[in-house]
Amino acid sequence: MGSEAVNMLRLDHVGHAFLGRTVLDAIDLEVEAGELVALVGPSGSGKSTLAHIAAGLLEPRQGHVTRGYRGHAVIFQEPRLMPWATAGDNIAFGLRRHHFKRSVCRQKVLAVADRVALDARDLEKFPSQLSGGMRQRTAIARALVAEPDFVFFDEPFTALDVALKRRMQDIVIDTAAATGQSGLFITHDLSEAVRIAHRIVVMERHGRGIAGSRTVPLSPGMRDDRMVFETAQAFLIGDRLFAHVNDCDERSLA
Amino acid sequence: MSLIAVRAGRTGRFLWSAWAGLAGLSVFAAAWQLGHEAYGSFILPSPTETLSTMALLLADTQTWWLVGATAGRALMGFVVAATIGTLAGVLAGYHPAVMRLARPQITLILGVPPIAWIVLLMIWFGNGAGTVTATAAIACLPIVFVGAAEGIAGRDRGLDDMARAAGIDPVTRLIQIALRQMLHALFPALVMALGTAFKAAIMAELLANAGGVGEELAVARANLDVAAALAWILLSVTALISVEYGILQPMRSEFETWREAARPWGVKR
Repeated sequence: MGSEAVNMLRLDHVGHAFLGRTVLDAIDLEVEAGELVALVGPSGSGKSTLAHIAAGLLEPRQGHVTRGYRGHAVIFQEPRLMPWATAGDNIAFGLRRHHFKRSVCRQKVLAVADRVALDARDLEKFPSQLSGGMRQRTAIARALVAEPDFVFFDEPFTALDVALKRRMQDIVIDTAAATGQSGLFITHDLSEAVRIAHRIVVMERHGRGIAGSRTVPLSPGMRDDRMVFETAQAFLIGDRLFAHVNDCDERSLA
Repeated sequence: MSLIAVRAGRTGRFLWSAWAGLAGLSVFAAAWQLGHEAYGSFILPSPTETLSTMALLLADTQTWWLVGATAGRALMGFVVAATIGTLAGVLAGYHPAVMRLARPQITLILGVPPIAWIVLLMIWFGNGAGTVTATAAIACLPIVFVGAAEGIAGRDRGLDDMARAAGIDPVTRLIQIALRQMLHALFPALVMALGTAFKAAIMAELLANAGGVGEELAVARANLDVAAALAWILLSVTALISVEYGILQPMRSEFETWREAARPWGVKR
């Protein structure tokens, strides 16, 4: 089939432990080119840890991570902006390793700011002068400015209100469609996953492997609200795979 | 163009804030005046008397040399301590093990009274500028070290991860992320260390008869000349204030513009 060649990200039997406590075990996951995979699982199942391992921020205890992309970016749950730099400089930080000329940087920052609906005037402001939504948009712009071909989303929209969340999701959908970007989107919100992903992967309880995956019908930009709602409900009620997704056992096993 | 305007505005605000400082100093002067009126000129000369004595002293170029010598020794000690303290502090901030080993030494250095250092250093180095500089350096080293170490240890690790995810190399991460965050703990420590360096230098000069303001204070004491003693104290404080507000604070506001922006209006002006 040749599908091996287009794997942008591949996790083979990845496992991890913190201080002897296993948080992830035997995780196999593949993301193909142009595919946006949503990873859902109950709270505390090690989703974020998995994303950090996949992004190279943590070394896995077991297993391999194979990366087929040229460059990645990570959007964290919190904006993680440098408080001493203006929004514009924070966005430009995403370009640092490319050593572009100043004018080129400026152009790219302005273009990406426009895409996430940040005013040029807001770019002069410090993070403390921005609203929560603007901060998160700045963080998204910082990730997108270098035009990575793979993006890790670590529950990036959890802290945003409903309207803003929608708008951010649209940015992700549009960007992925326009650039053919792949991505791994961590979320515990099933309707968010249904709205933006090509495929939903469900984690087992306590990170003991991958329970399975489901392909979401239609492509991300084409789904309307009704379809998203009904699909999410159908998954939750009719599909055993999703039975444990809304469990909330904050690390019951210690 | 707008950059110049912003800078000019900031400098203007900085200079304008001197009024508030002067108001505070005036309150101090008023209390001093009260003391003078209660105890008379022999015990406590009035602020105006002291100022006129200081003006007389300043008319003599020798005074400028003496204040310069003291300030030079204090600054030398401060720079040595700031360099070593910051380097060691960064190391300790990164490595908890180093921190654990260094903590008791800091307590030890802080626990030995400066006067003991002066005696030891006089025996080792004699009564020269070296003793004064070394006393100043030893007195402010622990302060800088703790400031730098706390600054690094208390950094936001989330920003480190963010920078790593953005593909930034370790050296740039250290300079752009970690050191930048350290400044916020380091600057207050540096301000305190600078004051300590001046105090320690003058004390060392006084005890070691090593010239400078300290020796002039010793002479004033021998002559029971309270006005001269106060004038010399005022001179050294003025030197300290001019170094702090001429160099350290402008440096700080240069690095911490964002803090100014984060402040609510009522606090700003």
